[in-house]
Amino acid sequence: MAVFEKITIAKAINESLRASMEADPKVLVMGEDVGKLGGVFRVTDGLQKDFGDDRVIDTPLAESGIVGTAIGMALRGYRPVVEIQFDGFVFPAYDQIVTQLAKMHARALGKVKVPVVIRIPYAGGIGAVEHHSESPEALFAHVAGLKIVTPSNSSDAYWMLQQAIAGDDPVIYFEPKRRYHDKSRLDTESIPDPLHKARIAQSGADLTLAAYGPMVKVCLDVAKVASEEGKSVEVVDLRSLSPIDFDTVQSSVEKTGRLVVVHEAPVFFGAGAEIAARITERCFYHLEAPVLRVGGFHSPYPPSRLEDEYLPGLDRVLDAVDRALAY
Amino acid sequence: MTVEGTAQRKNTRGSSKRTAAKKATPAKKASPAQDRNSGRTEQAEQDQLVQLLTPEGERVEHPDYSIDLSPDELRGLYRDMVLTRKFDAEATTLQRQGELGLWASLLGQEAAQIGSGRALRDDDYVFPTYREHGVAWCRGVDPTNLLGMFRGVNHGGWDPNTNNFHLYTIVIGSQTLHATGYAMGVQKDGADSAVIAYFGDGASSQGDVAESFTFSAVYNAPVVFFCQNNQWAISEPTEKQTRVPLYQRARGFGFPGVRVDGNDVLACLAVTRAALERARTGQGPMLIEAFTYRMGAHTTSDDPTKYRADEEREAWEAKDPILRLRTYLESEGIVDEAYLASIDKESDALGKRVRDAVRAMPDPDDMAIFENVYADGHALVDEERAQFAAYQASFVDADAAAEGN
Ligand SMILES: Cc1ncc(C[n+]2csc(CCOP(=O)(O)OP(=O)(O)O)c2C)c(N)n1
Repeated sequence: MAVFEKITIAKAINESLRASMEADPKVLVMGEDVGKLGGVFRVTDGLQKDFGDDRVIDTPLAESGIVGTAIGMALRGYRPVVEIQFDGFVFPAYDQIVTQLAKMHARALGKVKVPVVIRIPYAGGIGAVEHHSESPEALFAHVAGLKIVTPSNSSDAYWMLQQAIAGDDPVIYFEPKRRYHDKSRLDTESIPDPLHKARIAQSGADLTLAAYGPMVKVCLDVAKVASEEGKSVEVVDLRSLSPIDFDTVQSSVEKTGRLVVVHEAPVFFGAGAEIAARITERCFYHLEAPVLRVGGFHSPYPPSRLEDEYLPGLDRVLDAVDRALAY
Repeated sequence: MTVEGTAQRKNTRGSSKRTAAKKATPAKKASPAQDRNSGRTEQAEQDQLVQLLTPEGERVEHPDYSIDLSPDELRGLYRDMVLTRKFDAEATTLQRQGELGLWASLLGQEAAQIGSGRALRDDDYVFPTYREHGVAWCRGVDPTNLLGMFRGVNHGGWDPNTNNFHLYTIVIGSQTLHATGYAMGVQKDGADSAVIAYFGDGASSQGDVAESFTFSAVYNAPVVFFCQNNQWAISEPTEKQTRVPLYQRARGFGFPGVRVDGNDVLACLAVTRAALERARTGQGPMLIEAFTYRMGAHTTSDDPTKYRADEEREAWEAKDPILRLRTYLESEGIVDEAYLASIDKESDALGKRVRDAVRAMPDPDDMAIFENVYADGHALVDEERAQFAAYQASFVDADAAAEGN
């Protein structure tokens, strides 16, 4: 297998699906427009041509139906990888995901497995109309029985999806859609990190920024600007939200003494709340400042002309960095 | 200019009970066995289509659905379709010029929308999806109001109660349940208005649509389901949604369904009128499948060459809804050169008005993020609003300070 130089996240996911389908004939791809069109983001481009419409299935426009039938196929031994076209359209399937998919293994005393992977292009920044820019990860992370991951670069996108597909649990795989066309190096040869391990994306000494998915890039940019101002910022890419690798965050915070959690989703009852609580518990005596959170407001995702104000950008994160350092 | 004249309405209402009872069963004409065997063949479609105006512009009669329109009303339908098409074309251009983030074109579906839209009474209520620009036109919604959400300055852009035209709904199928519930409310109020829900062939696969059929049938709600089968749901043909003609679905839920030539504005008007009249007179829901075609891309983000053949589009071009009405009107001497020229002029003026309005449309104020999140207010929103205002102000101060230096 080749080591690709630089490749987009969208292409890395495509290669990952291809590799999974080649490795295991039980892997299926399902969703709206995934066949001939290759998905509205072209993430499944060419797969139907190469694997046939038996394995790359254009489904009726019914999300509950898509996930519900995927569950049935998984019960029969298949490994469906389902595409939900946009974040805001997962809710017709939310019932199937929460009441059925998440709980079936437990209800069957561990005797059945439902290895369904649900790919969801999520979060904003692409100037879309409503329901196309949301960050519903906390709504899923709150549900026991689901695993939730979100890559921020091409290598992770490639490996994490294959790991998710190979695993026996249901996984929600959130794809940062505004990063689809960002290129980064895809390493197909070194041994990948475990699926739920956080990664130090940038090391630093004064403050830790914890982020995931689309916000990792923003935080790396923040670290750069901060370093020009003489501040050393460490960036942790969480990669997984259920479970969360608190150990990696803890060691980072023990070193820096300060933590700012950044995500696009509303702050209220969001992932940042969970991380702040856990880290406060684990690192109380190491913390020099309260854990701060930067994220969306308690408002519907705004019309696109306001999304730059709504989304945490360089300035809002830097502002939080300054506030944390000021304690 | 429109076909909403009261005389027209009374006329339809007066004869409604008899004709509606007769009309209620067109689905029976289709033989299920024959459908199973022949599949979705062109011939079967032709047999079942209610048509009053052929693609060649010839007036034909249908035993169950007849219509008699005055020259003024006929000209009105033509004008509506031309202006709607112009508005749509202008919006597509504005998207290309970067003035709109996205546009969902109705090109090819003018007859389905104007025909059904002109069948409505002012007190009827409309639940559209995101492509019903022609219906909005019939309701008197200023077309420039439709563009705000596509430009990204708002999520709606009009007060639904001004014209009894609900906001566009993007999550497909959801609005069919709202329409049903609204109709149940109308029924409880003892009012005689009707409700109409628009949706696509793709949306017909959603659970919400099936549930709205169930509710409306069980409660005999005065709702008309108007499915524009434009043959495609983004890249998926109707065959990926159903194996029976969509109008036949209704029967299994206990109400009638009919398939109308969606490119025939007269047939769409006649059939929708009849269905609304059924609803008003307590005979419950009805499903109309307007058999039509999406001539353009799904939206401006879509590339239909990836999944459909040019020949298909060309075949449908021959069934153009505007051209056929125009042919008919010309042959009957209902329109002349001068009239057509006046419509073209009006059309250009509309295009300019839309263009100017969009270019002048301001971005919303930053603080709009916190507006109308709750009707009764919410402490957290108030707190976040204040924090954000202070944060924004800190930049203004910095700028002012920089200028001062
Ligand atoms: C619940 C949901 N799933 C997916 C989408 C994405 N989507 C938008 S329009 C569309 C196709 C709809 O086709 P159809 O109902 O036939 O209506 P048309 O656009 O052809 O008028 C899809 C899949 C959506 N808006 N809502």
